[in-house]
Amino acid sequence: MKEIEFFVDLIFVNAKGWCLDLLGHFLPDWTVVLVSIIISAVVIMVLGPLVMMYLTLLERKVIGRIQNRYGPNRVGKWGLLQPIADGIKMFTKEDIVPAQADKIIHFLAPVIIVIPALMVFLVVPFGERMTAVNLNIGLLYFIAVSSITTIPIFMGSWASRNKYSLLGGMRTAAQMISYEVPMTLSVVPVIMMSQSLSTNTIVMTQAGDMDLHWFVFTPWGLVGFVIFFLCAVAECNRPPFDLPEAESELVAGFHTEYSGMKFALFYMAEYMNAFTLCGIATTLFLGGWQGPLFPSWLWFFGKTFLLICVMIWFRGTFPRFRVDQLMGFAWKFLLPLTLINIPVAALWFFVPEQLAWIYSVPILAVSLWGLVKLNRSFVPEKRIYPLAD
Amino acid sequence: MTLFGTGVLKGLIVTLKNFATSYFRKPDNGGIFTVQYPEERAKEIESFRNFPFLVYDGTPEKIRCVACGICERECPPKCIHIVMETEAGTGKPAKRPAVFEIDYGLCMNCGMCEDVCPFDSIYMDHAFEVTASDRTQELVRPKETLLKSNDYFLKIRPGTATPVDQKRRAAEEKKKTAQAAATPPKTNP
Amino acid sequence: MINTKSLEGSQMLEINFGPQHPSTHGVFRMNVFLEGEKICALKPVMGYLHRNHELIAENLPYAAVMAYTDRLDYFNSMANNFGYALAVEKLADIEAPERAAYLRVIMAELARIVNHLMLIGFLLNDLGAFFTPVLYAFREREKILDIFEEVSGSRMMCNYFRFGGVKRDVSAETLAAIKKIVAGFPAFLEEFEALLTENEILCMRCQNVGVLPADLAVNAGITGPVLRASGVNYDLRKVDAYGLYDRFDFKVPLGKKGDVYDRYYVRVLEMRESLKILEQALAKIPQGDILNKKALPFLKAPRNFKPAVGEAYGRIESPKGELGYYLVSDGTPQPWRYHVRAPSLINLTVLEDMCVGQKVADAIIILGSIDIVLGETDR
Repeated sequence: MKEIEFFVDLIFVNAKGWCLDLLGHFLPDWTVVLVSIIISAVVIMVLGPLVMMYLTLLERKVIGRIQNRYGPNRVGKWGLLQPIADGIKMFTKEDIVPAQADKIIHFLAPVIIVIPALMVFLVVPFGERMTAVNLNIGLLYFIAVSSITTIPIFMGSWASRNKYSLLGGMRTAAQMISYEVPMTLSVVPVIMMSQSLSTNTIVMTQAGDMDLHWFVFTPWGLVGFVIFFLCAVAECNRPPFDLPEAESELVAGFHTEYSGMKFALFYMAEYMNAFTLCGIATTLFLGGWQGPLFPSWLWFFGKTFLLICVMIWFRGTFPRFRVDQLMGFAWKFLLPLTLINIPVAALWFFVPEQLAWIYSVPILAVSLWGLVKLNRSFVPEKRIYPLAD
Repeated sequence: MTLFGTGVLKGLIVTLKNFATSYFRKPDNGGIFTVQYPEERAKEIESFRNFPFLVYDGTPEKIRCVACGICERECPPKCIHIVMETEAGTGKPAKRPAVFEIDYGLCMNCGMCEDVCPFDSIYMDHAFEVTASDRTQELVRPKETLLKSNDYFLKIRPGTATPVDQKRRAAEEKKKTAQAAATPPKTNP
Repeated sequence: MINTKSLEGSQMLEINFGPQHPSTHGVFRMNVFLEGEKICALKPVMGYLHRNHELIAENLPYAAVMAYTDRLDYFNSMANNFGYALAVEKLADIEAPERAAYLRVIMAELARIVNHLMLIGFLLNDLGAFFTPVLYAFREREKILDIFEEVSGSRMMCNYFRFGGVKRDVSAETLAAIKKIVAGFPAFLEEFEALLTENEILCMRCQNVGVLPADLAVNAGITGPVLRASGVNYDLRKVDAYGLYDRFDFKVPLGKKGDVYDRYYVRVLEMRESLKILEQALAKIPQGDILNKKALPFLKAPRNFKPAVGEAYGRIESPKGELGYYLVSDGTPQPWRYHVRAPSLINLTVLEDMCVGQKVADAIIILGSIDIVLGETDR
């Protein structure tokens, strides 16, 4: 029984091992290492776009259902070939570059934006022993690389020479930089608890009995998770924080002047970022691939897709923030909360668990309440309307 | 005082509920309400009006229209064009349209022609799948494509067609009896 | 002329919102001058959808104009028909029989519900919601449009009203169907409100945005829900009591601040009041003629309809505001002068006053909350 579980758990790792063994018989050792790297790279290169393609389908299906309609169901069974049709359409579309645009930068922006989106996949632990590169500064690497995304977006918006794009780009720069601060700070308790920046070690420390010792089940973990997730939503420009592309205001924001495959690359980067951010949120707070009964990679993908579904659910429900409210939310609400969360987590480390529950829940609840009170300008007022004759 | 954030949660619950009900509820009750068009069709409502058509009784030669031109004159966007046929030998007007064209590109489906026609010959059709690849030529529909039988009319709009039929039959019988009443004196001098 | 130099000496950013823009509700253009994201000046540009409505009408018999009024505010052609029918009836001194008058009220109130549903749906789209409120609104609107199709033959371009009555009688089954819709509608409104009214994001976006003070609203001639959201109690159904509105018991919801949120919520409340009117009308509707005998001959021969020399102004409380039709007759079959007082156009005149000082995103929702339909604005 145990063997079968172990076998299923490591099926992908073993498959790669067998391939390498096979090649090892008639190839020199150094090429085997090279092939190992290439296999990992190819898997990621395929996984990224594949995930993006089917995320678009999932999103359209789920939002369709939320809105009481079917969503795409014409191409293939249940519309399963729809992403491929979309891809063909994107490839065959005319590539339009505005006459006044800065042509080189306009071209470079969509190319560059995909690179960090793919690079982030390196440190995501997809399952037990399924991290492409087990960096000991994995989390730092993730935060550093994912923040590059701001630059190509701004490049694209500036080079387009379009005022809508420019506004979108300005919003991106402001928004992504502001949300990185609470996002990074919300991760600090996790680093303190696991005493490591390696994503693998972070997952390992969440094992416990039944593999359910996830950080999200602690007060500071829950607060950290909610903040991290909200920041992740903002970071990949998804509703209700989709100001950079705000369709109803800025037409399409930073990618107004992009068409065809260049537009698709922006889109691809956005969805891959959404996937990796959800993956990292899973890793940090939801125990990564830890979980009873099922194989580790199933747990990881299950949790990640659950988070993505929540993102899609948000998109199907919420209107958008305004730019000043968005910044206010990050600086006046999320940031103080993360700053309170760090000492709470620090104390948790030294105090026995029962006692820690007793003090940390009230502290966080009171600070939450206090922050809502302090941000009174954001709190909506109740109104009663007179009915005249 | 309500807790900050409850409104957002309420909204999320509404959308989640709709997501779930879309799988098992009826269309009028929170289920999927879209119609998968080419395979399914929306319920046809009898009074629905689209472009006009011309009614004939039995064979297309027995067209009801007498080319009086009232609809042509009253049509608000002026999309009807009629030329009356002349008898081959005499050159007298034949009370039949030689040309009866409706420009579907202009027609705005108001139903005025139906209202004003004194000969019950022009009515609004249910057919809505009328496409053309050219807006100047193909959208101008000639008499041949506009003609549709009375049976078709009875099928799509029984509520309007049946009283019209009864009225016409009664008028015909009245005419016959009048003729019958008018003819005997000739046979019995 | 706008001074495009800002205080710091840098130049303002001039942006054309429209005529091709996802949320200008048609082909409307706003010339917006921005300093950062703040609006310093805004110039509305109209006329892209000008179709010569008034001149066309002056060359047509009175009856034929009815079909063109559908195309003014294409979301509620029933209300447009109503106003025009009232104007002509005043001119020719014809009265609609009782049953027809009831049918008119029922249709006008159904049209009001449709219009407010669409407005709220698209306002939320302007706010950035991804079509969910719109599609919920569409779901309910479909049911009402089915009724419209059943009674008039068309879903949107109804052309249902005639001078001195309505075109077609409504069967008992249709009335039962309307009753069913009216009975089921409050449950939908509850759901709709649960999704929207207390949503903090919506409240944050809408409250204290685009405030229209009551005195400015009155001075500018604003009517309809936009005026009532500013707290002015002026509803033509009460003031003029045209049709049969004096027979029904309903209230006029008033806003307090005149911001976007008030404009949204006043419309929600108005839908509830419309339901009250519908319930009463459906309970009381009598049997009888649907067309005045005086008007009957003109149905077959519209050109024989020659009202006496004179003028008339028929106005109704359309869902968007006071919709008025001004007619001058010179005794010929065509109106000598025909003018439409379009609430969309006049309510749009205060757009700049509401927008200056707000953010770009607010301009969009303020425009959305005014509820314009370009078919009516540009005519």
